[in-house]
Amino acid sequence: MKYTLLKIAKQIGLLLLVVWTVVSLVTLLIELVPGDPATAMLGENATPEQIQNFNHTHGLDKPAFFFSYSGEKGFDWHGADNRYADYFGGLLHGDLGKSFRTDRPVTEMIWERYPNTIKLAIAAMFVAILIAIPLGVVAGTHKGSLIDNFSSVIALLGISLPSFVIGPFLVYIFAVKLGWFVPTGSLNPEDIILPAFTLGAALSAILTRMIRSSVIEELGEDYVRTARAKGLSERIVIYKHVLKNGLIPVVTILGLQLGVLMAGAIITEKIFGWQGLGLLLLDDGIAKRDYRIVQGCVLVISVTYILANTLTDYVYRWLDPRIRLN
Amino acid sequence: MNQSMNRLTYIGITIILVIIVMAVFAPIIAPQDVTVQDTANRYAAISGGHWFGTDDLGRDVFSRLVYGSRVSLIVGITVTGISTVIGMIIGAIAGFYGGWVDKILSGYIFNVFMAFPGLLLAIALVAFLGAGLGKMILALCIIGWVGYARVMRGQVLKVREYDFVQSARALGASDMRILFTHILPNSVQPLIVQASLGMAGAVLSEASLSFLGLGIPPPNPSWGTMIESARGLDVLYNSPHVFFFPAIAIALTVLAFNFIGDGLREYLDPKQRKR
Repeated sequence: MKYTLLKIAKQIGLLLLVVWTVVSLVTLLIELVPGDPATAMLGENATPEQIQNFNHTHGLDKPAFFFSYSGEKGFDWHGADNRYADYFGGLLHGDLGKSFRTDRPVTEMIWERYPNTIKLAIAAMFVAILIAIPLGVVAGTHKGSLIDNFSSVIALLGISLPSFVIGPFLVYIFAVKLGWFVPTGSLNPEDIILPAFTLGAALSAILTRMIRSSVIEELGEDYVRTARAKGLSERIVIYKHVLKNGLIPVVTILGLQLGVLMAGAIITEKIFGWQGLGLLLLDDGIAKRDYRIVQGCVLVISVTYILANTLTDYVYRWLDPRIRLN
Repeated sequence: MNQSMNRLTYIGITIILVIIVMAVFAPIIAPQDVTVQDTANRYAAISGGHWFGTDDLGRDVFSRLVYGSRVSLIVGITVTGISTVIGMIIGAIAGFYGGWVDKILSGYIFNVFMAFPGLLLAIALVAFLGAGLGKMILALCIIGWVGYARVMRGQVLKVREYDFVQSARALGASDMRILFTHILPNSVQPLIVQASLGMAGAVLSEASLSFLGLGIPPPNPSWGTMIESARGLDVLYNSPHVFFFPAIAIALTVLAFNFIGDGLREYLDPKQRKR
């Protein structure tokens, strides 16, 4: 119990450290960007009043940090009324600031897109499981056979082919040649299929390899021999006993990969015009130099990533009593 | 050693050697100037004059592919080299000194870096710093060193307890001497495997950033930008070769580095060899 509480406290501490690091890093980077956001947003012909109004609206007329340093004056203390402290204050209320370009709250923009990215990540995971379990089990139970070699090749291709190669290739086959799907968009339920396959390809490759070696390992265990000796059919031995135990490490990978999928979704969303967080980051944030959006998206994706990892750890402990007891 | 894995490793080495030759002798191999546009000859089919056809601006795809290999290799080698050296030094310090140094390095800094999705951090860094080869290499090194540092720390923790290290200490050798002449040479093996797999990752990251428009600015050729400009529906429909050649180049390069990494792992780890 004491250990669990300590572990939870440690993980909350790490989460807070990540949030602090992301906010600090992005604040520092904004300061490093050449030129000021007001000119970038309003253009070179903006009047001083327009620039002043813009800076005031977005709190850019305040100093960036608690203190500043200049060669002539040395350190200059500004107190708590600064942009860095303001951002943290806002964060406590779930406020990620306003978009420089549209004045819309960034939190609102992110919540609009967040479900789409989660939907895509979960669909990709589903696709990966759907491919990996049968392929991994058959490869593991037929070690060294043709199907085993075939699954190895598929796994290697899945790991080596980036999503921006797989995505357009799937578009070429299923949208251009066969006409089964629309090439881009996220309006209809079936629009998720190609992006999910694109995003899930690498994960399915990793899972296939894992399930294969897990199945091979479990098949050598005593309980499998006992189950076979009892006269159970091979099907029951594999799917009821071997797979049940062999899937435990897979759960860890799945959880850890949820965060990876969230980040990988950035490219997949761009390929398919999928209206998720990645497209918000690229099109509204980076392309339009709206750094408030970049800051918000980076923060939300990072926090989801670390939360997914933490949750996985607990599911893993719950699934495997040996780890829990240790 | 497993014979088929051995074969795959050699295939990987051959592919990488071909790419290195392509990159080094690009001015001789590439038949045309990569920046010269010929808009009257856009999306030309494969022919004797244009072995891999032409792109949206009538530029020779084969020549751009050959020059693109330079970017991939430069980024792959530089990022892996710098990240390995930084990771090796920091990991060795954390593992060797232990105590509060290790607590800060592996307890905080490693964990925070590992808690970020690497690609996202690279995207954010390049978005703020601006596109360009140097900045992209910097961003990829910032995200890349931690993996090596963790492996190195683990190795040093193990090696520092070996008898020969204890003997050197008993003989009065300095920390630096023990670290650099005894511990490091006996700890780098797993790092070699990690570096060869890391090359695949660096090449992929470069192509990903270039694909997102955050890598090499045009008109310089990069495989990622070549794919980005060739993934439009009309291009895929009418001139799919413009997409397929850079796609195959990236896939082969990454596959080759993965073959080499897997082969090295098997070769260096006797336990894996027996399986």
